[in-house]
Amino acid sequence: MTGAPPLLRVQGVEKRFGPVVALQDANLEVAPGEVHALLGANGAGKSTLVKIVTGVLRPDAGSIAVAGTPVHVANPVAAARSGLAPVFQDPALVPDLTVAQNLRLTATPHEAVRRELRALELDVDLGEAAGDVPLPQLRMIDLARALTRDPQLLILDEITAALPSDLAERVFAVMRSRRESGRSVLFITHRLAEVTATCDRATILRDGRDVVTLTPREGGEAAIVEHMLGPEVARGAAAGAEERRQRAHALDEGARDEPPALEVDGLRAGKIERLSFAVRAGEVVGLAALEGQGQDDLFAVLSGERRPDEGEVRAQGRLVKPRHPADAIRAGIVLVPADRLHALLPQRSVSENIAAPRYARPRRWGPINMLAERRRVREAVEALQIDIRAQGQVRRLSGGNQQKVTIARWLASGFRTLLCYDPTRGIDVGTKRQIYALLRRLADGGAAIVFFSSELSEFRLVADRVLAVYAGRVTAELAGEDADEEALLRAMHGLEAREAIAS
Amino acid sequence: MSAVGATARAAGGRATLRRAANRHGWTVGVYVLLAALVAYWTTVPARFGSFDVQTLAIDALPLAFVAIGQAIVVLSGGIDLSVGSLISLMNVLSARFMVSMSTREAILFALLLVLASIAAGAVTGGLIVLTRVPDIIATLAMLFVWAGVALVVLEVPGGGAPLGYVKLGSGYTLSPWLPTGLVILVATVALVWLPLRWRRPGLALYAIGSNRPRAHLSGVPVSLARVGAYALGGGFAGLAGLTLTATSGVGDPLSGQYYTLNSVAAVVLGGVSLLGGVGGVAGPIAAAFILTLVKTLMILQGVDQNYAQVFQGTLIILVVMVGGLALRQKGKSGT
Repeated sequence: MTGAPPLLRVQGVEKRFGPVVALQDANLEVAPGEVHALLGANGAGKSTLVKIVTGVLRPDAGSIAVAGTPVHVANPVAAARSGLAPVFQDPALVPDLTVAQNLRLTATPHEAVRRELRALELDVDLGEAAGDVPLPQLRMIDLARALTRDPQLLILDEITAALPSDLAERVFAVMRSRRESGRSVLFITHRLAEVTATCDRATILRDGRDVVTLTPREGGEAAIVEHMLGPEVARGAAAGAEERRQRAHALDEGARDEPPALEVDGLRAGKIERLSFAVRAGEVVGLAALEGQGQDDLFAVLSGERRPDEGEVRAQGRLVKPRHPADAIRAGIVLVPADRLHALLPQRSVSENIAAPRYARPRRWGPINMLAERRRVREAVEALQIDIRAQGQVRRLSGGNQQKVTIARWLASGFRTLLCYDPTRGIDVGTKRQIYALLRRLADGGAAIVFFSSELSEFRLVADRVLAVYAGRVTAELAGEDADEEALLRAMHGLEAREAIAS
Repeated sequence: MSAVGATARAAGGRATLRRAANRHGWTVGVYVLLAALVAYWTTVPARFGSFDVQTLAIDALPLAFVAIGQAIVVLSGGIDLSVGSLISLMNVLSARFMVSMSTREAILFALLLVLASIAAGAVTGGLIVLTRVPDIIATLAMLFVWAGVALVVLEVPGGGAPLGYVKLGSGYTLSPWLPTGLVILVATVALVWLPLRWRRPGLALYAIGSNRPRAHLSGVPVSLARVGAYALGGGFAGLAGLTLTATSGVGDPLSGQYYTLNSVAAVVLGGVSLLGGVGGVAGPIAAAFILTLVKTLMILQGVDQNYAQVFQGTLIILVVMVGGLALRQKGKSGT
């Protein structure tokens, strides 16, 4: 590694968006033939750095060299010419064109893409409109398209965030085979287990600067987190987890006589087949499921977006038949959806967003009590520690802060059951921990919480119980502390249930 | 995975059929509606003849041309409200100067004016890209600009064109049932639009209308493509103005007013999404004929012109509603 120049050298890169400094003096070196992780909390500048390297954005200062030669990456096409192929955080295929037309647009030979897709064991119909292809497949097509160029440096920006574990495995296999053939990969992710398992080196960004470059090792996650968060924050977050758990269990015991906050009985809708479960007040129930096992339909029914074909939903023992999300909200059942932008008004301010569910009651006319509103909003903002420097428009907040706003909306307007669909998707570790703590705190305060997550390690941290849903039914129930990834994976594949029947 | 692959291939035939229905259903529907109206129309006049066909072509051709241009702009994610005045401008420019020309000169001059219209469209597009003024505002402003210029060129209706040129719009080729203007329309689409449609420039147009950031990431020169869309749109608006000179034989500085919103109506009726990225030009062409035919039929039936407009509006809502229901159905059956 000493003799040859690094494949990619980023030196002193700086980028400002108005008053916000996204990057200042950021450095990065990727050696030939290595898998290099780029890590950092949300807003640390990872995506900005990737966009600068790939020519989507132009840096205000600093230099980029590929294989020792300084390059001026003016646009994505120029980046491709210097041997860089990015797979961006968001899918890059134009939705209204078919996959084949998209390939023609980027002058990518169809046959080469088909070959890559076959190697990834994927069967994709190139005649389908890109907008109709499910997100995980779309990500894999993006990957296949990047691979056809056989790039010196493959850049994967949070590709695994939208992938189920089997597809993520295939991405790791690709990364390994790139390394074997002497090519490099720059890998951006929030999942530290993936980093220790697959990456040779990792560069950690914090507040727009590179803090350290280290060799990640099994069990070294804590050290990485500390670098990402800064030493003080990390220590505070780790403390008190055990205490929270004990208090939760105590509350749990006391609530057994009351009717459950949410009860689902024999529900059938879409992919759900006779699903039943109950959630008591003060309890966090995790739902673990592979992609497409009916979790979407379940959340849609509970939040009043869709009517069930059969079955009942009861809240506090009373039958609820929501015909509209407003009915569900009135019954105290509120949703934090998978896509934050489905819940937020991106162009409006933080306080308007938080107060919006309160104006939504159509029967309330007349002036809004601004003083009371401001107080409620302030309380919610403080409770969630929302960073409100860019509060004028919600779309300018970072992803983690946007997610906090979606929760804050319900905090300010009151609820009894909170449905969270993958609430930590694409959010940095620091904010994730705050959200875990918040969910716990809400439950301790008497709320019932149902949360689905695609990240299995989360269940142990937050949930009292975990229900595995497979093919539209609950196939297993695990206590929160037993819900390690292995047990969950077995349950999610319906294995636990089958064994139980066999024995 | 291989089992999944096999079932996917088995469903492949059905998927192709479903996709064809999704993609071309609207266009086919519009043509069926047009055919039904034509069938009805042949029964209305006492003696339906080739003359009726020529009259319809004369009435519908300018709208058909401008509808193509509007469709291209809307597909690219924009909208061009300046087309009405641009039509007027090309109409008065041609009528004012062609009056003293030979047919040959007139045709050459017409080609020159088409180039000028392309340039005018490019100016509008460039203005939008450079100033970042929203499309609807920039083109609304250009509507006033071109309208003023048209009045400067010719304050009151007048001018004219040589007989040979007029025949291009109102004459017929080969058979009295085949108006020359219609031949020119089809030829223009075949020579200008179709070669673009399936190549990268056409795909780029659809791409920028569908999702601009992703088009940029795919290497599409977004600004250039937008200017190109407006230039093409301007070219077709210019053709509409020149057709108007050929079909009416005079220049009128207010002649284009009708076309600004009717071109948008034809585009919507023809199945182009106002959000961009979805649709084609075949639908809007049929829609232009439908809108004109409805008006003709109303006149033949002796219905008050004002009611004809009410009916036209109702028709647009009905068609778009049926199309929208079909799309919702697609959304449900999909995945």
